[in-house]
Amino acid sequence: MKGIAVSTTVNGDAVEYVCHGRETLLDVLRNHLGLTGAKEGCGTGDCGACSVTLDGELVCSCLVLGAEVEGRTVETIEGMADGDKLHPLQKRFLDGAALQCGICTPGFLIAAKALLDRNNNPSESEIRYALAGNLCRCTGYDKIVRAVSAAAGDMRRQQKAQARRRATR
Amino acid sequence: MKHDSKFTNQKFKLVGTRVTRPDGVDKVTGRARYGADTFASGQLVGVILRSPHAHAKIRSIDTKRAEKLKGVKAVITSADLPDLTNGAGELYDILENCMARGKALYDGHAVAAVAASDAETARKALKLIKVDYKILPHVTDVDEAMKPDAPIVQPRVKTKDKPGKPTNISLVSTYGHGNVDAGFEQADIVIEKSYKTEQVHQGYIEPHACLASMGPDGKGELWVTTQGPFAYRNTCAALLGMEISQLKVTSSEIGGGFGGKTHVWTEPVALALSRKANRPVKMVMSREDVFRASGPASSTSIDVKLGATRDGRIVAAHAALRYSGGAFPGIWAEIGAMAAWACYDIENVRSVGYDVIVNRPKVAAYRAPSAPMAGFAVESTITLMADELGIDPVDFRLKNAAREGTRASYGPTYGPIGIVPTLEAVKKHPHMRARLGKNQGRGMACGFWFNFGGQTCADLAIGVDGTVALSVGTIDVGGARASLSLIAAEELGIPYEQVRCNIADTASLGHNDMTDGSRGTFSSGMSTIFAARDAIEQLRERAAKVWGISVKNVTWKDGKAIAKGKRKSLTLKELAESSPNTGGSISGHNQVVADGAGVSFASHICDVEVDPETGATKIIRYTVVQDAGKAVHPDYVEGQFQGGAAQGIGWALNEEYVYGADGCVQNAGFLDYRIPVCSDLPFIDTQILEIPNPNHPYGIRGVGETSIVPPLAAIANAVSNAVGVRMTHVPMSPPRILAAINASRKVQALAS
Repeated sequence: MKGIAVSTTVNGDAVEYVCHGRETLLDVLRNHLGLTGAKEGCGTGDCGACSVTLDGELVCSCLVLGAEVEGRTVETIEGMADGDKLHPLQKRFLDGAALQCGICTPGFLIAAKALLDRNNNPSESEIRYALAGNLCRCTGYDKIVRAVSAAAGDMRRQQKAQARRRATR
Repeated sequence: MKHDSKFTNQKFKLVGTRVTRPDGVDKVTGRARYGADTFASGQLVGVILRSPHAHAKIRSIDTKRAEKLKGVKAVITSADLPDLTNGAGELYDILENCMARGKALYDGHAVAAVAASDAETARKALKLIKVDYKILPHVTDVDEAMKPDAPIVQPRVKTKDKPGKPTNISLVSTYGHGNVDAGFEQADIVIEKSYKTEQVHQGYIEPHACLASMGPDGKGELWVTTQGPFAYRNTCAALLGMEISQLKVTSSEIGGGFGGKTHVWTEPVALALSRKANRPVKMVMSREDVFRASGPASSTSIDVKLGATRDGRIVAAHAALRYSGGAFPGIWAEIGAMAAWACYDIENVRSVGYDVIVNRPKVAAYRAPSAPMAGFAVESTITLMADELGIDPVDFRLKNAAREGTRASYGPTYGPIGIVPTLEAVKKHPHMRARLGKNQGRGMACGFWFNFGGQTCADLAIGVDGTVALSVGTIDVGGARASLSLIAAEELGIPYEQVRCNIADTASLGHNDMTDGSRGTFSSGMSTIFAARDAIEQLRERAAKVWGISVKNVTWKDGKAIAKGKRKSLTLKELAESSPNTGGSISGHNQVVADGAGVSFASHICDVEVDPETGATKIIRYTVVQDAGKAVHPDYVEGQFQGGAAQGIGWALNEEYVYGADGCVQNAGFLDYRIPVCSDLPFIDTQILEIPNPNHPYGIRGVGETSIVPPLAAIANAVSNAVGVRMTHVPMSPPRILAAINASRKVQALAS
């Protein structure tokens, strides 16, 4: 079987790999690039544990082929924190106990970030529908929804503060 | 050292606070390593060939072509897992479940396995294995399996009264007291009702995964997602003929278990493949295989008979409970029979459990195993009786609820328990006064779980800088490391941040029972307290040595050794720093059989809206009230309440295995086996009650399981309240509710 050479960007880094035509992006992330933060809960796009963004769009990496991401931009959970500074979502998930076993957490964080990047003030219902493609079996979603809502508030405050700083500069 | 486990009602500084969990950062950054997140040099990929038939004789398995495929390093069948169980029933069952021995007993039963250099080669090899099956008649329904002419699933299981005659009923268990027949004679009203519940899966998001490594020297290692590394070690070692100390099992982070990871599935097979290939073998189950061949909980069929007097006193109760165990004997109906009437104080009570073998996957524990189904039948009938008597369902329950001193239907006499307080809290809860709209209804139900203690040990090592490494042997499914660190810090009188709690591997700590029975925080909490007290003894001795006084004159308070009568003290940090010169490192240890796990009760309130045109039910309000004994970390206690309620909601409304006429599962995936998603649920309100467990120094009770028990009946009672139909079959999926609504309309039309 012949491999396919792929050049792409993962979490801001230029990455090259050779994959087989049948390998998914999830296989590539986990088995070739050592990024095991995205999880395989089903392999059929039903659980969202493998969520990543591809050119900013939320996808199940188990439904994307490794060969498809040539020249594109992939963001995974490993790239969410800014150095040692956690993203507001990560911080709120921790503070609000929005995880129990934590296997679904990377997928939820990626999906929630995709939501907040396009809507920084979502209603409870908007949060619930935006996260409906991610399964959590531990929490009943209560603390997840609250954490996302709180993180949205943090991000709005951050954005306001940034705008103020820009205005005074 | 002997420690006293009696509750002492001490004032807490840390226990009860909502600290950040120590494993949290790893889990929000993707760094935490779960079952499938590890690699070994030279590792192979292991896969399993599974029976496509519900019941079939295996005439032959030809593996020659698969073995010849380039990249295949080992192929095994049951011949590679010889029976070393010496006829030990339960262990033989596990062996047979891991790999079929002459007969495939359910759709998905493992028949052979391959280890190859990559996944694609391994899958190709599976297709080259030829299995010659002779299909046998099958039975998947629990009631059908009890009929005298039913196909026999396990010929080795014989009837008790007619020795030699095989049967599918592997166990009949009877519990209760009083004279039930006489009790029903006294009743003014007797209600009899039959119920059914369908088979559900625990639905943990992480599939079973392990990395097995066996060397030619007979030593082995297993990295695995499990609720019980010690139990996995003992079982695997027994099945593979190893000494248990030669197999080291390390538990990965666990991506949900709910009981499903208390049983071995692919792990002995992975070890056998590794032994044959002489290479590490990584094995990760597909989601389809998780549904077809791991888990599930029993399907059930239950008859309830309840008698009460006009003044609202239950005078007699009887339940016959039939639980499927999958293709192997189980004790699931027995547990159901024990749990059925545990909420109530009933003079004449009996329950009979029938454990039934069917051609389905081997049943595994699922959160308060067997109690939700019994609870559905009993609590539905309790509300029916309250309605019949014209008494408020909460008041009816209060009048008959078990109290301290009540003799439980399953035998013991209760100590201080929480059912009455939960019911009183329900009565006062604002949820009970929230206004209901059209097609909306309210229901409530109670639930009970035994809780468990078991063998536990902990090590508490004080570093030379005064920080503490706590090692426990119960794995952490949802925040236990935070709770146990809080407990260690509380005992020692040091900040929470100075304790790091680790889950020990099987080579680093003595045997610990599994994290099951809601025992993690209860039992490891107890062992941690005792290990800390052991360390404090040593700290006092060291201080006495430094001061040259008797240890009797040294007390321990707020993280310091204090000399009696003198204004001298030494902090834990100071004692740790000087420890190399005062006798070496300081570490506390404890092992205990943690008896006295306090029973747990909950009451749930649920509001639903039923669409009478489609039969679809939406949960619009949900409240959990439960006794926690002592909530060590309230966030994670609430999380247990909410998570259990959500699983119960899924069970009540959506979740079921669908079997075809061929006995095969038709919905082995998350698309067709639909667990609740975020948009299906409202916020789940929680109220924690703390009725201390007298048998734990901090009053802790298990909290993890009870919350899945009440939802089935609470929702059935709410549906009945909303649209006037009594649902007796779970899940109450739209077609079932619609059929019930249409049937009731027909009856009404005929009557008018």
